[in-house]
Amino acid sequence: MATELALSVEGIDALYGESHVLHAVSLSLRPGTVLALLGRNGAGKTTCMSTIIGFLRPRAGTIRVFGEKISGLLPEAIARRGVGLVPQGRRVFPTLTVEENLKVAARPAPGGWTLEKVYALFSRLQERRAQHAGSLSGGEQQMLAIARALMGNPRVLLLDEPSEGLAPIIVAEVARTIARLKAEGQSIVLVEQNVKLALKLADDAVILNTGRIAFAGEAEALRRDETLITQQLGVH
Amino acid sequence: MQFWAIQTLNSLALGGLLFLLSAGFSLIFGLMRIANLTHGALFMVGAYLGATLLRWVPNLWIVALLSGLIVAAFGFLLEKFILEKLKGNVFSQVLVTLGFAYIIADFCLVTWGGDPIPIPTPPSLQQPLRVAGLAFPAFRLAVVGIAVLAAIVLYLFIERTRIGAMIRAGVDDMEMARAVGIPVRRLFSIVFCLGAGLAGAGGVIGGPIMSAYPGLDADMLPLALIVVILGGVGSLVGAFVGSFITAFVYTFGVALFPQLAYVILFLPMIFVIAFRPRGLFGKFAA
Ligand SMILES: Nc1ncnc2c1ncn2[C@@H]1O[C@H](COP(=O)(O)OP(=O)(O)OP(=O)(O)O)[C@@H](O)[C@H]1O
Ligand SMILES: [Mg+2]
Repeated sequence: MATELALSVEGIDALYGESHVLHAVSLSLRPGTVLALLGRNGAGKTTCMSTIIGFLRPRAGTIRVFGEKISGLLPEAIARRGVGLVPQGRRVFPTLTVEENLKVAARPAPGGWTLEKVYALFSRLQERRAQHAGSLSGGEQQMLAIARALMGNPRVLLLDEPSEGLAPIIVAEVARTIARLKAEGQSIVLVEQNVKLALKLADDAVILNTGRIAFAGEAEALRRDETLITQQLGVH
Repeated sequence: MQFWAIQTLNSLALGGLLFLLSAGFSLIFGLMRIANLTHGALFMVGAYLGATLLRWVPNLWIVALLSGLIVAAFGFLLEKFILEKLKGNVFSQVLVTLGFAYIIADFCLVTWGGDPIPIPTPPSLQQPLRVAGLAFPAFRLAVVGIAVLAAIVLYLFIERTRIGAMIRAGVDDMEMARAVGIPVRRLFSIVFCLGAGLAGAGGVIGGPIMSAYPGLDADMLPLALIVVILGGVGSLVGAFVGSFITAFVYTFGVALFPQLAYVILFLPMIFVIAFRPRGLFGKFAA
């Protein structure tokens, strides 16, 4: 392949028991870019993230990271192949301290993220390094969830609704962080209900509608198509 | 006065033994979500192995270590070759541990017979310790000391090492632990091995108090269950506190109201389940 994709999801079907949630979903993430994954509540965005990280096995289809097939592997193996997840609801380890949350996820890489670099990015975390993660505010937990994923030096970063439930000022900080990671060349899939935020950061965009692809293309095209946005996402 | 002092020491010694038994039980339960029903049998086989090994190695503490290592190796094989194959199927895993509990019990019966085998108290600890006109069995004091030492070492391992933090992360949120790349399979091995080894060593250390007999497994397993339900699944501090509460209730229950010992033992547990299902220190309900 001339231009290898950072992440390619090729026609995956995913089910919870009998309930068929994803139908032939495909995503292409180009290296160093941000792909926005949009869709209403229950569209299947989180299910898509869960399938990529290996919580769910796709019934059909293939998932690759930089050409390497990861579908069918266990989550810990997928993480080791370079996928980092910042899950919806943050899911920090509440009884571990901030620093322990970071240390258990550390997978050093030459020139990559270290405890020092992550603390430099989020100075709040350094101040609270000895505190239990469960006692942090929502915004701090979100930063910890991002920092924890970075400690694994992922080649592909999955962010599932990082702005959910946060005060506007914190949302702005999260957005700045994502922009900075992108500028440093990080490949990112960004799931968002906050369409404005997502489209500001994204190069490409995909809209899911009840588990099917309803739009896939450049973010710029979507930004200009207000009718599609209103129709698919019910917002401007 | 002597009665209360002795019963208190008996409770402390039993609490120490229960901690050796239930610390691993609790960690396995917390991390792997399975009640390891072989745990009582591992304690018993540890005691029997100890009785045999003592013929060749006349030192209880070294024998406890050897016995613990042998039982740990058995636990490793059980986890690696049987439980691992049933991963994701907690119900089958628990059934397998129940099956192995019976297999081990029969193995012990065939190998060591139906009569209790006494395990002698180390000679250096046979003289009672006299304090304020009261006589305390020195061996029981030593058991308490060993249990406290084990608790401190375990605490440092779980609370102060990276592997310990990984185990706690797995207890907190297994799925996310995997997603950040924590090798949970290896943690299962470690925790299972450790739990089995502690139970096996506990059987030897408890030997001079309880001896090795058929049915020791069935006597110990319910106590471990109670400890973990009281203290909370996956919590080392909970296992420690729960062990001593259970031991005091049981020891004094048997001494004061022998007919009601089990009522007294299970009653607090029912209250805990009703009003605090996660136990005193646990994160989720057993
Ligand atoms: N564990 C589960 N078991 C069964 N069904 C589930 C499960 N999780 C999600 N679903 C269903 O799958 C569908 C997609 O859910 P999903 O969480 O992927 O949506 P989403 O796009 O992430 O929504 P939101 O924006 O609310 O986070 C929904 O109909 C949901 O009810
Ligand atoms: Mg979601």
